[in-house]
Amino acid sequence: MRIAPSPLDVTAEPLIRAAFTGALGRFTLDVSLRVPARGVTALFGPSGCGKTSVLRCIAGLNRMSGTCIVGGETWQDETHFRPAHRRPVGYVFQEASLFPHLSVRRNLTYGAPRDPAHHAVAFDDVVRLLGLAHLLDRAPRHLSGGERQRVAVGRALLSQPRLLLMDEPLSALDRSTKDEILPFLERLHATLDLPVLYVSHDMAEVERLADHLVLMMDGRVTASGPLAELQSDPRLPLAAAREASVSLDATITRHDHGLTELAVRGGRFLVPGTVGPVGARRRLSVVAGDVSLALERPSPSTILNVLEGRILSAVPLREAEMTVVLGLGTSGEGDRLLARVTRRSWDLLGLAEGKSVHIQVKGVALAHPVPAAAQAITD
Amino acid sequence: METPLGDLWSPIRLTLELAGLTTLFLLLVGTPLAWWLARTRVWWKEGVATLVAMPLVLPPTVLGFYLLIALGPSGAGAVTGPLLGLRTLAFTFEGLVIGSVFYSLPFVIQPIRNAFEAMGERPLEVAATLRAAPFKAFWTVAVPLARPGFLTGAVLGFAHTVGEFGVVLMIGGNIPGETKVLSVAIYDFVESAQWREAHILAAGMVVFAFCVILAMTLIQSRAARAGA
Repeated sequence: MRIAPSPLDVTAEPLIRAAFTGALGRFTLDVSLRVPARGVTALFGPSGCGKTSVLRCIAGLNRMSGTCIVGGETWQDETHFRPAHRRPVGYVFQEASLFPHLSVRRNLTYGAPRDPAHHAVAFDDVVRLLGLAHLLDRAPRHLSGGERQRVAVGRALLSQPRLLLMDEPLSALDRSTKDEILPFLERLHATLDLPVLYVSHDMAEVERLADHLVLMMDGRVTASGPLAELQSDPRLPLAAAREASVSLDATITRHDHGLTELAVRGGRFLVPGTVGPVGARRRLSVVAGDVSLALERPSPSTILNVLEGRILSAVPLREAEMTVVLGLGTSGEGDRLLARVTRRSWDLLGLAEGKSVHIQVKGVALAHPVPAAAQAITD
Repeated sequence: METPLGDLWSPIRLTLELAGLTTLFLLLVGTPLAWWLARTRVWWKEGVATLVAMPLVLPPTVLGFYLLIALGPSGAGAVTGPLLGLRTLAFTFEGLVIGSVFYSLPFVIQPIRNAFEAMGERPLEVAATLRAAPFKAFWTVAVPLARPGFLTGAVLGFAHTVGEFGVVLMIGGNIPGETKVLSVAIYDFVESAQWREAHILAAGMVVFAFCVILAMTLIQSRAARAGA
């Protein structure tokens, strides 16, 4: 079981530092990244904003002027350019791009080093992790879209990369196939200590997988930081989105009355059902529209989750609403939440920055609905 | 006047040797050239492609004429001939092989180049991200994926060499057992009114041509199915 690092010790960790400039279609790519070489970092932005180009530059598939330093190793600077085949990356393309002339097994082992002593990721583990055992002797053309993409992920992992690059690996798949693959990716995240750069334009995927987020727009990086921090930053477009939400990493503390209690910094949430053993970590997601505020402790109601917190800031949203950033805990020092309230209520209640409030949360979603099979491995 | 049928084997064997050897050299020369044409971005590559394709349009006698000069004792043949223990390359089997390679090159280059281009960058990018050096990627990914192109090119190169006439006549002449190939033999038999022999060889060529074209079609339809 991997414990996610707290954002505070990020600076002490190895970094991925990359900066590239160059022409990209109708605009210029001019990005500079500095993200931890650990956990999943999502590059998020609208289609055509240059996310894929950044990933290709890091892999050495595209060449733009700039620098690329991964975990202290220089892959590119003003004078050097290490070619793609000498960079220890795994790359998962949007389309699986399996070698059609090789069986699944030989696709998987194509990039594996000859000497098994160099195998940090073992063949059998990858096969089990991705559920590929029954597919090994098939030809790629006899696989479904989801199966192909799983083989592509396995192939990338078996090349023993030190950095996994995933370019919208789910975007070519339909909804149900996505749901079939996401649990496998979450398992990877939970079991392998391999940094991942994950390109996506789908916030639902990002919420489930990412620890760290890089926002991109028109060839530039607009913000970069831990996922929840960016989600709850009212100056960023994420907080203004209709379905704005904040992710919280929680630890299961106990089970009671068929409910599971999970602790986050500054508060506790209850969710129905048993979602894992005590001590396990789960990711929760709270949608801003499901959060309402009260000045006094509300009278007992059917709402499960009422937490204490403090208003950290608030910005107007369109003509009638406010986006309110809340800090959990009596002094507001804990995890953050977003609330969406009307300006009328804001004025009526006399809400203001710094004010203590009772936070009622109508719905909490598990962003990490860990499947039974994966649970057996991770716990 | 009747020739014993055994005499027919000499031109047939010679033709098969010539076509086989030519095909081998065509693949050796054509593969790197097709790879380069498919992948390079230099502006003058279409100039090279055009040069290679010229034998498609030129009368074989023109190609043969220049090859004769080039291979003869006053051309490059004077230098390369002695290496093979010959005074000149004109009117020799070796000269025929060289001439045939030039003459059939476009038929081999085109399908292989098309196959390399059709596979696109992606398989090679995948190979690179799996730590395959360019040479390994070429042998383990590009060549197997271009297999239908190689098959088509080899069959076309072989068949086109079997069917050549003008170039052979210009640079090879008509030396039995050395340069007298099938097409020239048929011409000879007709000249000397040996209709029976001409009939046998000509009918054989018709069957051969039918088989070649059928084979090509089958290769292509199989490749299309495998790619789907």
